[in-house]
Amino acid sequence: MPENSVSADLQTGSDKMVEWTDFERDTIKDIFSRIEYDVVGPAALARCLVVYPWTQRYFSGFGNLYNAAAIKGNPMVSKHGTTIMHGLDRAVKNLDDIENTYTELSVLHSEKLHVDPDNFKLLADCLTIVVAAQLGKEFTGEVQAAFQKFLAVVVSSLGRQYH
Amino acid sequence: MLSNKEKMLIVEIWESLTPVAEEIGADALLRMFACFPGSKTYFSHLDISRGSPHLLSHGKKIVLALAEGSKDISQLIVTLTPLQIMHAYQLRIDPTNFKLLSHCMLVALSCLMRDDFTAVAHAAMDKYLSAFAAVLAEKYR
Repeated sequence: MPENSVSADLQTGSDKMVEWTDFERDTIKDIFSRIEYDVVGPAALARCLVVYPWTQRYFSGFGNLYNAAAIKGNPMVSKHGTTIMHGLDRAVKNLDDIENTYTELSVLHSEKLHVDPDNFKLLADCLTIVVAAQLGKEFTGEVQAAFQKFLAVVVSSLGRQYH
Repeated sequence: MLSNKEKMLIVEIWESLTPVAEEIGADALLRMFACFPGSKTYFSHLDISRGSPHLLSHGKKIVLALAEGSKDISQLIVTLTPLQIMHAYQLRIDPTNFKLLSHCMLVALSCLMRDDFTAVAHAAMDKYLSAFAAVLAEKYR
């Protein structure tokens, strides 16, 4: 199965802390303070379900996902998109310990939801593109790099408890 | 698999971007260099700083090739033959990098087109860029 996503893989052992530059910290916090969680979250999840339709396999209980318009208007998709953003918010507030912050979430996605961790990268890429549309020119290459580094740590932490 | 609607959408988008080919090409490249520093290794012989003539001309070439290919996607293998040969035997860029640039191109499009870069447009463009990259890599081995 070819790789579909490009968020960098991080190999963080539990004894290695992720190091953030001041620019990265400020940028990540700034982005999250400016975006509306209940706009960006739903948009990103809907986009993922449209661009990578196989991800719909995890949402069979969500009702009508028949086409892009249905997905965009689906209230369960919107609700879950917002939930995801609040989950990311926890990582933003715990930048120096995302791994431990996400232990339970990782177990949940592995043991209960049985989500292939590759899907986290697909959603991360869609979120990057939605945030890019929100911020326009201000989403420079450097800002994108910081945001993608954050998402890579999130993705890695979410995959950490799989076995 | 691209529907006819998607193919039309892709042509439309590239047509609208041709006048700013330099700008968007350079933007995509700069994003790739910032986010995936390994990609810079292929450009050690060029000045790839923001605004440099090398960067602008290279960005323009890439966007014009993407625009040209979009005019008849079923003929990509024919249209891209010279570029296939160049990439396989001369440039030998690891094809993983095509994915990196494709992603950065999507981000560049999103920054520029904002709400107009809908999920449907994104899906179509992602599929086109994947197809383009696959054809580009075909003569590698």
